[in-house]
Amino acid sequence: MQLIYEYRQILLEGVGVTVSLAVLSLILSVICGLGGAFAKLSQSRSIRQAGNSYTTFVRSVPDLVLMMLIFYGGQVMLNDIGRITGLWGYVDVNQFIAGALTLGFIFGAYMAETFRGAILAIPRGQIEAAMSAGMNPRQIFRLVTWPQMVRYALPSFTNNWLVLIKSTALVSVIGLHDLVWNAFAAGRSTHKLFTFMIAVLVIYLVITGISDLLLRWVDRRYSAGVKRA
Amino acid sequence: METERTFLEYLRHISENLSPLDFLLIYDNLGKFFEGALVTLQLTILALFLGGLLAIPMAIARAYRKPGWSQAIWGYTYAFRGTPLLVQTYLFYFGLGQFEAVRNSFLWGPVLSDPWWCVLIAFTLNTAAYTTEFLKGAIETTPEGEVEASKACGMSPFTRMRLVVLPSAFRRALPAYSNEVIFTLHGSVIASTVTLQDLLGVGRWLNGRYYLAYEGFITAMVFYMGIVFLISIAFRMAEKRYLRHLRPHEADPSAQANATI
Repeated sequence: MQLIYEYRQILLEGVGVTVSLAVLSLILSVICGLGGAFAKLSQSRSIRQAGNSYTTFVRSVPDLVLMMLIFYGGQVMLNDIGRITGLWGYVDVNQFIAGALTLGFIFGAYMAETFRGAILAIPRGQIEAAMSAGMNPRQIFRLVTWPQMVRYALPSFTNNWLVLIKSTALVSVIGLHDLVWNAFAAGRSTHKLFTFMIAVLVIYLVITGISDLLLRWVDRRYSAGVKRA
Repeated sequence: METERTFLEYLRHISENLSPLDFLLIYDNLGKFFEGALVTLQLTILALFLGGLLAIPMAIARAYRKPGWSQAIWGYTYAFRGTPLLVQTYLFYFGLGQFEAVRNSFLWGPVLSDPWWCVLIAFTLNTAAYTTEFLKGAIETTPEGEVEASKACGMSPFTRMRLVVLPSAFRRALPAYSNEVIFTLHGSVIASTVTLQDLLGVGRWLNGRYYLAYEGFITAMVFYMGIVFLISIAFRMAEKRYLRHLRPHEADPSAQANATI
């Protein structure tokens, strides 16, 4: 306990990196997810197929493999493109960006499934009523679809967020100094890895516990006026 | 012999002139990737099997709220489901050596200092935690009538569990289990972070050895996609067989003819 307290600074810095990475990935994944959900529900066959192949692809490849491919391969590809086109010089892909892009891309696919289910759960008649009231597609999305989508999507969204938080641990493998990396370095130098790993586990449980409380509050807000069985 | 040489020449031609990927190198190291796939599959299947065995009694204790046990098991599943598998693996592989008692025990040499065993222990406990929770849900949703009927037949609680509750709970848990199997396979890449040569481990080795950026990862990716494809086919077949009673019935023309008469 004493030891953990001595290293609180480095652990807290790690928590900061982990949480900001998770939040940035979440924002990216919501954008990817909305795109994916509308693609999957599109009238056009080819857009629908593109949406489906996105979700199928992500479901079939482990996250760490994609992350390494984007981090190592993406770096080489960016530099190759830069060399061939002459538009930019040597670029160093940052682990934070690579991690956020990969996690956003991966969880976008899970979010797409979540949002698709939520959009389908909205009774068709409400969309028709909105159309006949003269709303344009943007107004329909903002006033009819979105507020209800949030409510329907929330349980599965919560689940995705909890999985996403845990997945951020993987960025330590590509060298980002997140919570796991910092704790590992501290544990290795003091030969007390067990203590530090237990501390990391407890910190993750605290983070997931807090987000559970927050999302419950959001759920109460968006469920105002809905009778619970 | 003739066709093989032309095939290799074809590969060399593509690799040198047309594609950024060196297919010839991948072809030469394909054996290593199959060995890696074997390690991945071994770990995944063993972890799922052992985790499943652990999960059944725990799910029963949770579903029937055995005092004391139920809370303890909930604590275990909460801790393992709320934390990253990577950290759990590190805890077993790097962490246990911190204790003198562990290093001196008879298990240290053959088991606890070996990455393979540590990974297997971490994966098993992880998948057991997830499986316990959804199996518990499936047991709790057993239709009351089935339980009453089996009581009326005079079945003992053990027989009732074996012949009525568990078979129907397994059926209900099947779709959730297919996700769990895929997640365990995805999680198994963590083995490569503690020096094991699984599929991703081979990919990383290849890239490190020849200083490449894509080949190893892309080949590993294709292998993983293939395995997931096979798993989903297997589950689709299993669902067709075991969840047959839930599919909508097709109209039987002869039955309709009888009804009109």
